[in-house]
Amino acid sequence: MRETPRDVWVTGIGLVSSLGEGVEAHAALLAPAAEPAPVLDEAAFAPYVVHPLAPIDLSKQIPKKSDQRQMEGWQRIGVYAAGLALTDAGIAGKPELLDRTGLVVAAGSGERDTSVDRTVLEKLDGREDTGLLAKEILPSALRPTLFLAQLSNLLAGNISVVHNVTGSSRTFMGEEMAGLAAAENAVRRIVAGQGELFLVGGSLNSEREDLLLGYELGRNLWRGPFRPVWARRQAGGGFVPGSVGAFLVLEARAHAEARGARPYARIAGVVSDRSNRATGEARASGLRLFQSLCGALPRAQLPVLSGASGVEPVTGEERGFLDDLRAEGFDPVVRAYGSLLGHGVEAHLATGLALAALAVSRGGFLPPSGGLDAEHRLDGSPGRVLVTSFGHWRGEGLALVEAAGGGEAR
Amino acid sequence: MASSVRDHRGRPVAVVTGMGIVTSLGRGKAENWAGLAAGRSGLKRITRFPTDGLKSTVAGTVDFMDVSPYSAHDLSLAMAMAAVEEAFGEARIETAMFPGPLIVATPPSEFEWPLLRQLYEGSPEPQHGGYRRLLAAARTGNYRGMARHLRFASIADGLKEKFGCSGEPVSICTACASGTTTIQLGMEAIRRGQADAALCIGADATVHPEGLIRFSLLSALSTQNDPPEKASRPFSKNRDGFVIAEGAAALVLESYDAARARGATVLGVVRGCGEKADDFHRTRSRPDGAAIIGAIRKTLGDAGVAPDEIDYINAHGTSTPENDKMEYLSLKAVLGDHLARVPISSNKSMVGHTLIAAGSVEAVFSLLTLRNGLLPPTINYDVPDPDIPLDVVPNAARAAAVKTVLSNSFGFGGQNACVVFSGEPA
Repeated sequence: MRETPRDVWVTGIGLVSSLGEGVEAHAALLAPAAEPAPVLDEAAFAPYVVHPLAPIDLSKQIPKKSDQRQMEGWQRIGVYAAGLALTDAGIAGKPELLDRTGLVVAAGSGERDTSVDRTVLEKLDGREDTGLLAKEILPSALRPTLFLAQLSNLLAGNISVVHNVTGSSRTFMGEEMAGLAAAENAVRRIVAGQGELFLVGGSLNSEREDLLLGYELGRNLWRGPFRPVWARRQAGGGFVPGSVGAFLVLEARAHAEARGARPYARIAGVVSDRSNRATGEARASGLRLFQSLCGALPRAQLPVLSGASGVEPVTGEERGFLDDLRAEGFDPVVRAYGSLLGHGVEAHLATGLALAALAVSRGGFLPPSGGLDAEHRLDGSPGRVLVTSFGHWRGEGLALVEAAGGGEAR
Repeated sequence: MASSVRDHRGRPVAVVTGMGIVTSLGRGKAENWAGLAAGRSGLKRITRFPTDGLKSTVAGTVDFMDVSPYSAHDLSLAMAMAAVEEAFGEARIETAMFPGPLIVATPPSEFEWPLLRQLYEGSPEPQHGGYRRLLAAARTGNYRGMARHLRFASIADGLKEKFGCSGEPVSICTACASGTTTIQLGMEAIRRGQADAALCIGADATVHPEGLIRFSLLSALSTQNDPPEKASRPFSKNRDGFVIAEGAAALVLESYDAARARGATVLGVVRGCGEKADDFHRTRSRPDGAAIIGAIRKTLGDAGVAPDEIDYINAHGTSTPENDKMEYLSLKAVLGDHLARVPISSNKSMVGHTLIAAGSVEAVFSLLTLRNGLLPPTINYDVPDPDIPLDVVPNAARAAAVKTVLSNSFGFGGQNACVVFSGEPA
C-alpha cells in the first residue's frame, strides 16, 4: 500500500498481562526459541479459569496512593498500561503533547463491590418488603466511590487525571465491538486529518466474580481444566478471561517524524461489521471484510493473530473464515493469542494490535498453541499481520498491521 | 460535485433532517415542545419504588412506555426506538433502510437488584453465599434472558436490528456529555466522507434505587422535594443539585448534499463540535474552568463561528452549585461582554437531568428553539444568584429570532463536549 503523511503509525505500546509488563516481556513471547506457557488460576474462581495479572508495582505509573485508592482493579490496570504506552512513545510528562492527545478507550462496565452485594442480598433474603432495599439497606451499604469504579468512562477519566491526557476523551462500549470501534475511530480520524495523536486501548480485570457472572448469564465462559482456544469446541466452547491492560499510541506519520518518534509498525486499516449470527453469517461477514481490507495483498503466507475467544459457535465460524482464506489463495499462519493471554474482551483487539506491531518490528511470531492445523510454522519473519476480532456475541472486525516504511523502525 | 456545499474548512456540511424525543414531558416533539413553551415541569415524586427515608424523592421518570417490569435496558431501548421512529418519520426514511452508521449513547449495562435477587433465590446452590450462589444459578442456563441487561452491545444491537444501519453499531459513553458525543461522531463521519448519513441517539432510564442513591451519595441531587416540580432550579441562588431523569432522543444527520439531493427538509446545520478532557478531578472541573473553556473555544473554532455570533445558549445547567457556576465562568471567559446579551436557558429546569441522553435531548430542543423562534425558559428562577448574572429566560418562554445556538454538555470523568447548531445555510 502507498505510504502517506497520514499513515497511522504505532509509536508507543503499553502492555501488562498475566505474563508480565512492558514491551520487552511481551516481545520475548515472539522470540524464535520462546516456549511461553499461559499463567492460570484454576482454583480461585472454580469451575472458571482466569489468567491473573502478573504482579506489578502500581506506584511506577500511578505515583499517588490517593489516585490508586480512587480506582478499582480494571482502572488501575488500564491507567498503568496507558502510562507505559505514553512513556514508551516519549509523550509522558510533555504537556504540549498531552494537551492534544486524544484518548480513545474501550470499556465495559466497571466493578461492583461483591462483598457489598453479598451483604445486601443476605439482608434481603426472604424479605417481602419492597421498600427495604431503597430505604434501609442500600443507603448504608453503598459508598460514594463505588459508582466511580462502575462508570464505563472512568477509566478514561482516571487516565486524564493521572497522566494529564486532555486533548479529547471518548469511551466506546459493546464488548469486543468496543475495541473495534475505538481502534477504528482513532485510525479514521488520523487518516482524515481529524487528529494526529491518540492513546487507544482498554483493560480487563479477570479476577472478578461480577465479571464472571455477567458473562456466565450468556453461558460464555469456559469451565474446567484449561485448554487452548481451538481445543474447547468439543466441550461446548467458552472463553477464559485474561487480565490485561493494552494501550497503543497511534500517530500520524508526519507528526511522528516531526518529533523524531520511531514506529513499531503502521496500521494499514481496521474494518468492522455486525452480522445476525445465523449459521454461516459471521464467516461470510469476515470474508467480506477481508476482501475489502486485504484483497490486493499477494497470495502468500499471511500471519494471523486471531482474537478468537473460544466461545461457540462463533469460534467455529472463524475456523471457517480461515479456511476461506485458503480458498482465496492465502496460507494463513494463525495464532490465537487468547490461548496464551486469555480473552481480554474490550481490550482484546488492542492486545492483538500491540502483539502484531511487536511481531513486525521484532521479526518474531508467537509459537503455535495447538488445536488448529492453521497454527503451523511461519517461514521467515512477518512483514504484516492480520488481527481478527470475532466478538463472542456480536461484531466482526479485522485489522491489518504492516511494517512501517520510511521511518527507522524500532 | 461542483455544486457541493462545503464549510469554512472545505469539509462536507452535516445537517439534521429528522428528530425524535421522549422525556418525562411526553412522547414526541409536539408534547415536549408544548411543555417547554408553557414552562411546565415533567418532574414528579418517584412512584416506581418506595422512597421513604431517602433524601431525594423526585425524578423525571418516563412511566408511559408500557415497559413492565421496569429495567434500564428495556425502557432505554423502548424510548430510543420511539425516538428513532419519530425521527425517521420526519426525515422520510424507511424503517430498516438507514443508509449510515448507528451511534448510540447508552446507560450502564449492569446488575439491577431484581436481577440479582432472582438469581440468588433461584440458585441450585443455596448453601453458598454471595456470587458463588449467583454463579451457580447462571450455570443452569435458565437465566440467558437476563444477559441482555449485562451486554453493552445490546441496546445498539436492538436498534440496528430494527433500523438496519450500516456496519457495526457504535455504543459510546462520555458520561453526561454522551448525547453530544454521538452528534460529534456522526458529524465527523459525514465530514470525512465515510457516510452520507448517521443516526445519533442518546437514551437513559436509570431511575432505580441504586441509580438514585449513588448520585445522592455524591451529593449531586437536589433534596428540595416539595413540590417536585420546583426541585430543579438552574442558576438560582437556592439551587442544590440536579434531578435525575429519563429520556431519549434521536437525530438523523445527513450531508447537506445528500439531504438536498433527496429533497429532505433541513432542520438545522451541525456547524461544529469540540471537546476537551479535564485532568483535575474525577467529578469536579478545574477551578479556572480551563477544560470547559477549551471545549467551548474548540467548538467555536471548529464551527467557524465567532463568540459574538452565538445568540442563544442551551445550557448544561444542571442546577448543581458547582456546574452552574463553572458554566457561567467559562462562558464569560469565552464570550466576554457579549455573554450579557445572550439568553441562556436550562431545559433541565423542566425535564431534569437525563444523564447519558441529555446532550441528545438538548440538541433536539436547541433545534426546536431555532425553528420555532421561541426560547424555552429556565423555570423556578425565583432567587437570582448574584454571582451568575445571566439572562436565563426566567420562568416564561420568550419569542426571539435565533440563528446560532451553542449547546453545552459536561460529565463526570472530565468530559466536556459542545455543539453549535444554526439554521439552513443560505
